[in-house]
Amino acid sequence: MAKANFQVPELKEYAEIPEIEPGVMAHSKTFKSKPEFQDALGFPGELVEDWQKKAIDKMGDLLGRYRSLRVYLDSCVKCGACTDKCHYYLGTHDPKNMPVGRQDLLRKVYRRYFTLAGRFFPDLVGATELTEDVLGDWYNYFHQCSQCRRCSVFCPYGIDTAEISMAAREIMDHIGVGQKYCNEIIGKVYKIGNNLGLPGPALIDTLEGLEEDVFDDTGVEVKFPVDQEGAEILLVTPSADFFAEPHVDGLIGYGKVFHEAGVSWTMSTYASEAANFGMFIGSYDNMRRVALRIREAAIKLGVKRIVFGECGHAWRVAYSFLNTLAGPWDFLDQRYPIPQHICEFTYDLIQQGKLKFDKSQNDDKVLTYHDSCNVARASRMGDKPGGQFDIPRAIIREVCNHYYDMDEETIRDRTFCCGGGGGLLTDDLMEVRVKGAQPRIEALNHVIQEKAVTHMAAICAICKTQFTKVLPYYGMDMDQIVGIHQLVSNAIILTGKESDEQSSESAQATA
Amino acid sequence: MSFISDIYAYLFYFATLVLLGGVAFKILQYARTPAPLKIPTTPAPTTRVGVALRMTREVVLFESLFRGNKWTWIFSWMFHFGLLLVTLRHLRYFIDPVPVPIQMIQPFGIYGGMAMIVGLAGLWTRRFFVDRVRYISSRSDHLILGLLIAIGLTGLMMRFVVHTDIIRVKEFFAGLYQFEVFVLPADPVLLLHLLLVALLMIIFPYSKLLHAPGLFFSPTRNQVDNPREQRHIAPWAKRLEQE
Ligand code: SF4
Ligand code: SF4
Repeated sequence: MAKANFQVPELKEYAEIPEIEPGVMAHSKTFKSKPEFQDALGFPGELVEDWQKKAIDKMGDLLGRYRSLRVYLDSCVKCGACTDKCHYYLGTHDPKNMPVGRQDLLRKVYRRYFTLAGRFFPDLVGATELTEDVLGDWYNYFHQCSQCRRCSVFCPYGIDTAEISMAAREIMDHIGVGQKYCNEIIGKVYKIGNNLGLPGPALIDTLEGLEEDVFDDTGVEVKFPVDQEGAEILLVTPSADFFAEPHVDGLIGYGKVFHEAGVSWTMSTYASEAANFGMFIGSYDNMRRVALRIREAAIKLGVKRIVFGECGHAWRVAYSFLNTLAGPWDFLDQRYPIPQHICEFTYDLIQQGKLKFDKSQNDDKVLTYHDSCNVARASRMGDKPGGQFDIPRAIIREVCNHYYDMDEETIRDRTFCCGGGGGLLTDDLMEVRVKGAQPRIEALNHVIQEKAVTHMAAICAICKTQFTKVLPYYGMDMDQIVGIHQLVSNAIILTGKESDEQSSESAQATA
Repeated sequence: MSFISDIYAYLFYFATLVLLGGVAFKILQYARTPAPLKIPTTPAPTTRVGVALRMTREVVLFESLFRGNKWTWIFSWMFHFGLLLVTLRHLRYFIDPVPVPIQMIQPFGIYGGMAMIVGLAGLWTRRFFVDRVRYISSRSDHLILGLLIAIGLTGLMMRFVVHTDIIRVKEFFAGLYQFEVFVLPADPVLLLHLLLVALLMIIFPYSKLLHAPGLFFSPTRNQVDNPREQRHIAPWAKRLEQE
């Protein structure tokens, strides 16, 4: 078991709603962003002088720009339906981690400066001035929200705390109080092209190595092309896929699927990152800047289709926002969804009978599936509502013999966050991450006990990284988390050379 | 007693003005504020009709709340449905002739009043006994519940304990349409009931009661899930593209 300087929550047989323990997480603060990281994003380097006024002005600006913020700050009736829905509350017991508790940190300031009731009777409606303490609470607790939207499922008005967190982070960035983890990463994307700061040549190197590995393994020449102009498909995937375990096994899986499909494809060194952390900090401008790289790469390489790899929030930005941020995509082939998820791509091939699997290759595993929040509650796959639940499960069932779902209350749109989303995947938030993972791991533990499940599949780079890190705290193994295309990769039966030549031919033909 | 009648007449003009003006202002404000990104909580309907159905289920059945918390759902559904019946019942004081459906609903309106009070009492109890709900309650949350219960109780009192002269009450409100002030019966319970109702109307646009119009403007609920098929872009975001 990993060492922790905090109490790792116990896993119980039945999920329990804890009693509130005010202030227990008040000590948990993530590292602040330094001036050099702030600059790259167009934010002031440190707390500006008249920060209070600037923050209120920014809030006013956002209220005029985002209907969600305006309606959500007005509409909460304090019914309490969301109070026990946040995994961070369940894991930490801090009432400011209840969705409504978190919203109220912003709401009480909104009330004071933007509503009549708060202006004239602040005590009555719980309105307060924006003091240093309040700002401290904002920084603290808005970075204990993974923007997973579980709360929005159960709120009678659909109040989405993720929207509130994003607005709060945007306000803080504008007065010079940014979070190091997110902002440093966005800066790297601008400078080098991906979150990990992996330069082009290193990337090409890695992928060549990958080709050799797969050839050694299978005897088939599966290609991992980069910057190949005229390829049909541009694959955009989280940079974790380039080397971290288990992510890279997923990348190998995509390569094998493309190989079997006989399509030409490529990655781009310029847009070598699917993740868009602009969303985490609620910054439309930064989200747009990051998204536009993909447009530029698609135009430069002359591709016809865009496919996204396994990453939850990248898929949310891709599915829900890419058209808005970087569209219109009229230069792509309109017969395919724009963009398309790798699971949709693989599922289509399965439907057409183009992929052959040897399921027994995964017989060493009994699987369950973790719906990642951003896929489950903020995107779709296929053309029917709920496709994001059914398609990944259909693929898993196609490639393995033993599959069980976790408890109904904890999957699909009621899924529990891994605990590391929304810009929390940083070591300085380890306590929050471990505690926030508790509800998910409790449900996992159930199927381990009852169905002898050994592995949990996920299609999100953050989930995979987070579980690799936190499972050991609960006495489980880090490699119990796998990707869907890792399973696909294990089971897929490759068909030798022909399609290889075809694909490179067609690539040259279109070039 | 016409002094009191005058005061109540002005009070109700004022309250109506604040209610209608305030809510209209809020609705306009919500409608004018753009929703720059597609953020429906999925799985979401992919058509307008689907969205209309989703909203109808939310408005009529409180679907999300049902999934969220059964106790809160039972009590608030009782309260809101009771309130609906009561409101329908009260229409007979404001329209003449009274339409047949409104006549027929009269006895149910009474049950509605009782359901309302039971529902409100349940919700209020939760505010004291569930530690999470106690934590999030501010004084105004308690006051609004108290106000609604007092309105319900004074209403029921007039039905069961101290009757009031309904004909004259109706005359008074009919008179207000023509800017004429008729004398209001000077029963303390009636006056209290009306005072509280006017108060409720006045605080409506400035309180959490805004959840009523708010529900219809909630992007997580009212958006169609079709971002890949249709480009969705807010005016202020469009301007970024021209830069
Ligand atoms: S969005 Fe998720 S993490 Fe944030 S408050 Fe809601 S449930 Fe908690
Ligand atoms: S469920 Fe919605 S209305 Fe109820 S307390 Fe939570 S945010 Fe407020």
